[in-house]
Amino acid sequence: MEALNVKDLQVAYDRKAVLDQVELSIPKGSLTAIVGPNGAGKSTLIKAILGMLKRSSGQISILGKPYSPKNRNVGYVPQRGSVDWDFPTNALDVILMGRYGHIGWFKRPSKQDIALAKEALHKLGMADYADRQIRQLSGGQQQRVFLARALVQDAEVYFMDEPFVGVDAKTEKAIIDLLRELKQKGKTVIVVHHDLQTVPEYFDHTLLLNRTVIANGPTEQVFTEDLLQKTYGGALAFFSTNGDKRVMS
Amino acid sequence: MIQDMWNALLHQPNTQWVVLSTMLLGIASGVLGSFALLKKQSLIGDAVAHAALPGICIAYLLIGEKQLLVLLLGATATGLLATYLIQLITTTTRIKKDAAICLILSVFFGTGIVLLSKITQQAGGNKSGLDHFIFGQAAAMTRNDVYTMAGAAGGLILIAFLLFKEWKLLIFDPDFAKNSGLPVGLLETLFSTLLVITVVIGIQAVGVILMAALLIIPTISARYWTDRLGWMVVIAGSIGACSGIVGALISTISTGLATGPLIVVTAAGCFIVSFTIGPKRGLIQKLMAHRVRLKEESI
Ligand SMILES: Nc1ncnc2c1ncn2[C@@H]1O[C@H](COP(=O)(O)OP(=O)(O)OP(=O)(O)O)[C@@H](O)[C@H]1O
Ligand SMILES: [Mg+2]
Repeated sequence: MEALNVKDLQVAYDRKAVLDQVELSIPKGSLTAIVGPNGAGKSTLIKAILGMLKRSSGQISILGKPYSPKNRNVGYVPQRGSVDWDFPTNALDVILMGRYGHIGWFKRPSKQDIALAKEALHKLGMADYADRQIRQLSGGQQQRVFLARALVQDAEVYFMDEPFVGVDAKTEKAIIDLLRELKQKGKTVIVVHHDLQTVPEYFDHTLLLNRTVIANGPTEQVFTEDLLQKTYGGALAFFSTNGDKRVMS
Repeated sequence: MIQDMWNALLHQPNTQWVVLSTMLLGIASGVLGSFALLKKQSLIGDAVAHAALPGICIAYLLIGEKQLLVLLLGATATGLLATYLIQLITTTTRIKKDAAICLILSVFFGTGIVLLSKITQQAGGNKSGLDHFIFGQAAAMTRNDVYTMAGAAGGLILIAFLLFKEWKLLIFDPDFAKNSGLPVGLLETLFSTLLVITVVIGIQAVGVILMAALLIIPTISARYWTDRLGWMVVIAGSIGACSGIVGALISTISTGLATGPLIVVTAAGCFIVSFTIGPKRGLIQKLMAHRVRLKEESI
């Protein structure tokens, strides 16, 4: 079954099309990378799929059904710069926001919700930071808070916008372990990823995007020099180390 | 004077009602103001307050007498119109938000003053009491006015309490709110409308010029005491309540003093205290942290 299917998607800002004729499907249970240069429309693609931006055209289905937030089967990790970190709230409270879709109107989070949020904090090695105001967390810690918030959404399909940006090697390892664990549970994880070097190692499915779909398929078929050059407009330098092909942007 | 205040508070039912209603108004302003501050809409509140004046005057000219509910409806109409125009200007032209707010605020307020002078020139117009809407006169409120204001403020506080979690998520991360299945557009509209109502019910007691201060000052004071939105709302509400009580009391016992300025001066006193001794980045806390750092560096 397909986790995500997009047909004939077009998105425009000020009447200028940013994404055009996007057709793609992503298999259930995959770890998928969305790869493309700055301004390719990666964030726009995610936001348009999740209905945060208006689409000029296009049908979206998630796990065979038209997307609706009410199904609560989609989790979301926004780009880190998208919120006000001076907001009067702490790490635990932000993670609890992942439960709001489940809690329902007017009610406060239950003991069980709080327990889930604490478990997610613990899982990401952040147990000591529950009470910290979020500005007083490091960039990597803020990123982990966002991931923990998505975890407690308890979704089937996850969209993550650049979760690896600005994190150190240790956090990166923690995050990728987490994504693999989600995959093992049968969840689908779709990640905007900038570090081309790690794409073949981390992801089994890859979507190359630049204003439209350049290629979409299993990583070993899609992640080729040809297609990457096409995606990045020939601006890539290739070099080899230890026999296997490495790429630098 | 304190003696007089106590006497008024203990023995005059009229005063008790006025004080109770300005207290509720203060709480509502602190609470809604907190959300507005975080949503970066405090200045919109100021524009709405000033834009309410022409609405009041037009409503008065239409019905020819001072009926609070009708006047407030007029105020709400022009207040909403002003927010709509600000939005329209910022989305369709190159004019930035601060300039758009400034433009709308002054044009509406200017129109209001012109209409007001016309009304006060008319026979019997100077008895209309409309000039109280400029700086606020809590003592001039009738019992019905007081009930209206208290009821509306109570309703606003209740709605903010019920929707606390939804508004928090909406303001912190609107995309995530949408992903969680919240009706983001509806909640936004509801919030803007309630903000307008808060301002409008407050203008009789506080006045159009200073009403925005009651939205902003308690809120920014509260930020010095806590890093949690829940507490911020409670503290801002309390500071708003204190300001409302003190302002209304002083102005009712000393006839002639406008309520709005007294409320704002009281709130400003709370701000100075918060700014100085508040534990979250208040002045003293900052100085101490700085000294600790210097000491650590010298070791
Ligand atoms: N709110 C907006 N209004 C107008 N144009 C926009 C807006 N947001 C994005 N764009 C434009 O749409 C295009 C795609 O932007 P998008 O943010 O989706 O790129 P991206 O692939 O996520 O880039 P990055 O790698 O830098 O995050 C860019 O050319 C950008 O200038
Ligand atoms: Mg992006």
